[in-house]
Amino acid sequence: MACRTCLWLLGTTFFTCTVRLVVEGTEVGATQESHPEPGVVGSNHSQAGGGHGSSISGIQIVTFKWHHVEAPYLIALWILVAGVSKMVVELNHSLTSVIPESALLIIIGWILGGIIYGADKMQTFTLTPTVFFFYLLPQVILDAGYFMPNKLFFSNMGAILVYAVIGTCWNAATVGLGLWGCWLGGAMGDIDIGLLQFLLFGSLIAAVDPVAVIAVFEEVHVNEVLFIMVFGESLLNDGVTVVLFNVFDAFVSLGGAEIDAVEIIKGIISFFVVAFGGSLVGIIFALLISLLTRCTKNIQIIEPGFIFILGYLSYLTAEMLSLSAILSIVFCGICCQKYINANMDERSVTTVRYVMKVLANGSETIIFVFLGISAIDPAVWVWNTGFILLTLLFIFVFRFIGVFLLTWILNKYRLVPLEFIDQVVMSYGGLRGAVAYGLVAMLDENKFKEKNLMVSTTLIVVYFTVMLQGITMKPLVTWLKVKRAAVTELTLAEKIQNRTFDHMLVAIEDISGQIGHNYMRDKWHNFEERWLCWFLMKPSARKSRDYIFNIFHQLNLKDAMSYVKEVRATHQVRESHDNLILYLQTQDIVPSVCLDMHEQDLTMRESEDFNAHHLLQQHLYRGRKQHRHRYSRSHLETNRDENEVQEIFQRTMRSRLESFKSAKMGVAPAKKIQTKHQKKDKPQKVRGEGTFSPFLHVRPHSHPLIGNVMCMLIKPFRGRFSSALFIQSSKCGGVKMECHLVNIQKQKSHLGLWQS
Amino acid sequence: MGSTNSTLSKIPNVEELMQETGFTPAHIVRLYDRFEALDKEKTGHLRPQDFGAINRLAMNPIGDRIIGAFFSPGQETVDFHSFVRILAHFRPADKKRPKDPSMPEPVNSRTSKLKFAFQLYDQDKDGKISRAELLQVLRSMLEMQVTEEQLESIADRTIQEADLDKDDAISFEEFRKSLEKVNIDHKMSIRFLR
Repeated sequence: MACRTCLWLLGTTFFTCTVRLVVEGTEVGATQESHPEPGVVGSNHSQAGGGHGSSISGIQIVTFKWHHVEAPYLIALWILVAGVSKMVVELNHSLTSVIPESALLIIIGWILGGIIYGADKMQTFTLTPTVFFFYLLPQVILDAGYFMPNKLFFSNMGAILVYAVIGTCWNAATVGLGLWGCWLGGAMGDIDIGLLQFLLFGSLIAAVDPVAVIAVFEEVHVNEVLFIMVFGESLLNDGVTVVLFNVFDAFVSLGGAEIDAVEIIKGIISFFVVAFGGSLVGIIFALLISLLTRCTKNIQIIEPGFIFILGYLSYLTAEMLSLSAILSIVFCGICCQKYINANMDERSVTTVRYVMKVLANGSETIIFVFLGISAIDPAVWVWNTGFILLTLLFIFVFRFIGVFLLTWILNKYRLVPLEFIDQVVMSYGGLRGAVAYGLVAMLDENKFKEKNLMVSTTLIVVYFTVMLQGITMKPLVTWLKVKRAAVTELTLAEKIQNRTFDHMLVAIEDISGQIGHNYMRDKWHNFEERWLCWFLMKPSARKSRDYIFNIFHQLNLKDAMSYVKEVRATHQVRESHDNLILYLQTQDIVPSVCLDMHEQDLTMRESEDFNAHHLLQQHLYRGRKQHRHRYSRSHLETNRDENEVQEIFQRTMRSRLESFKSAKMGVAPAKKIQTKHQKKDKPQKVRGEGTFSPFLHVRPHSHPLIGNVMCMLIKPFRGRFSSALFIQSSKCGGVKMECHLVNIQKQKSHLGLWQS
Repeated sequence: MGSTNSTLSKIPNVEELMQETGFTPAHIVRLYDRFEALDKEKTGHLRPQDFGAINRLAMNPIGDRIIGAFFSPGQETVDFHSFVRILAHFRPADKKRPKDPSMPEPVNSRTSKLKFAFQLYDQDKDGKISRAELLQVLRSMLEMQVTEEQLESIADRTIQEADLDKDDAISFEEFRKSLEKVNIDHKMSIRFLR
């Protein structure tokens, strides 16, 4: 405790000293200006060399050359301050679990802003749109795109688009019109504003903000579908926001009289152009990145650089073409992730992932701190109770109405309907953030007389959503969930059965070839496998993509032999307490929102019951559907599912072999056993070339499961390499099991022979 | 649509199949394509190895059981009709179906789905899930580090919870009752194109 308070004090004094230094520095610089602009991190208006104007009287041993380094120094200093604030925020975990980090950072921003203002009598550092949109936002969005769980995203794409496009338009229209109506009714007093300006304001305040959403949803664990909905919506609605903003801006410039049907139609067309054009730009850059990484085999150290530079370029290119920059960088990240992860060296992949998280985290911190600082500036504050309160009310209420309406429509077409609690969380989680502030700061004061009013309102809206809604989100969800949980407590049978259903569905999907909704995906998959992977991935990467081969690479031949030798499988108890941590993160399927597992376990009455439930929760195989893709700003998820898959695979193969063995022993061996290409296999052991391996089949016995003895279908790859593990049986007075592991790449071949 | 019709004409008794299972012609054609893709030898029947060749099934703890469910007892092959009939269990239930007691229970009703799930457990087809059968399923679905005693205690508790007539086995009625709160339609449906 004492050391924490010490750290706190250290932190605060550090702040004050730093800021003092900074302020003194800028004061020197500021006095040289006639018109101090609200500068960015560092005054970029570099004055004509440090005009100290002192004549040189002698050699100076040490000089204080502040202006020499002013700009970069201030930038670096601010980044440092942001980092230290984050550290301070993370000191107290119980605090951060109640109040989300973003809120605390804003508060620190206020404190800093107050200090600066107190020292300077004006706000020298605010969040300018240029810095925000060009230097702070791109990495956050690139991070979002790169770590996006693609499957989930694309399978819910329809719903996400509905919310993003229609939802945002609805929000913009209703808020704008509502405010206009109230203004006409006189609720806001006398302000110089018109319908178009209201609509513009509505459009920029309507958009859900990706930065804020992540920041709050990190604390509240919601189910992945819900998460992807809100997150996807926050990313994709930029297309709409940009268009609406530009269109209404143009309309305001034109004046109300010039608007006719043509202009409106042009506006609608511009939406499609902006949205699809932006995505196209992103996809093109994704292709470029994939191609580049394909060719960097010899110089792997520069690989990570390409990702970031090209990602940034995609953002800037879209911005240059007045298309949606956010959409561009999102799709760039989404489309390239698979190929670059396959092409790049492991260390490069780790570097890229980690650096992306670092940059995104850093940007987010800076954004929130500056959002706080920008508020402490009396120059921008205009208070209009009616306007502000009505805005808050409208965005809140109309968000709820919009979400519920759209969900009701969507649920007619979805197999898995979005439930009430999901909708509440989605509505409540529609946070506004820095993007709205950035947009409003870009408004031209001459066209918009009430710009300051809008800025103040936007700031208040942002604070309200991020802080209040952020803080109350978790309690709200707990309250809603607890009510439901009390009603439905799962029995053991239900739990087991739920999991069985999961596995069953996955199996049937695999058997039926995932037709239906996924028929398109199948086609896309085939196209992608044939053409895109060939074009964009390194040959060696293509080979190692197949799951099974990865497993077999690790499967020790000795293990395989010993498994088969044992008649009865013996279970070994391995104590591993780190499983506890692992499985504390598993979710239940039935409730849509889940908090810690502890709370669920504690409701068990008998301890025996508790043990059984606990065992189930810990040790049931999770199945493919539950393999989680939780997106997190600060944690890198490693794939823990591989062990599970390996284990299941080994057990299945083992049981198939055993059932074959037992049937063979039990039934008269007179049944004919055929093999294909048996003669070819012998030379194949030695030959280094990979060819289409034999697909073996055994005439089935009475037991339906006997037939599949290690059937492996290996796809021939375009590359020259292939690994094959196959077992064949031949009729030679017994059953000879040959197990080949041919690893052609390394020109080795392991042979195992045993007879049963 | 021309190709649909030509494919449909290849399948015998296709009308009856559609009637029984409720699939549309488009679905039947897709399933037929899948069937042919699985049937590498072009025999018109599927054998267990054909299912076994699906790599992902090997990564499913109950994959082999599901494969077994396709084969009726004593049969070694599955023809297209049986294939489709089993898959029809996983159609989402038709909400607007009028309750007509004279008509046979449709394949994708809640009862039929539950029967399918029941049969996964009840391998010897005696109408009851015995303790041993339950143990088998549990063993395949739990990690290897779980000991026999733990498995047995879970199995015992489960039977205790569900077994109402105290015969130490779970009959279909008890099975159905234990799952009455679960949304079977949601849990056992795949979104075949509506």
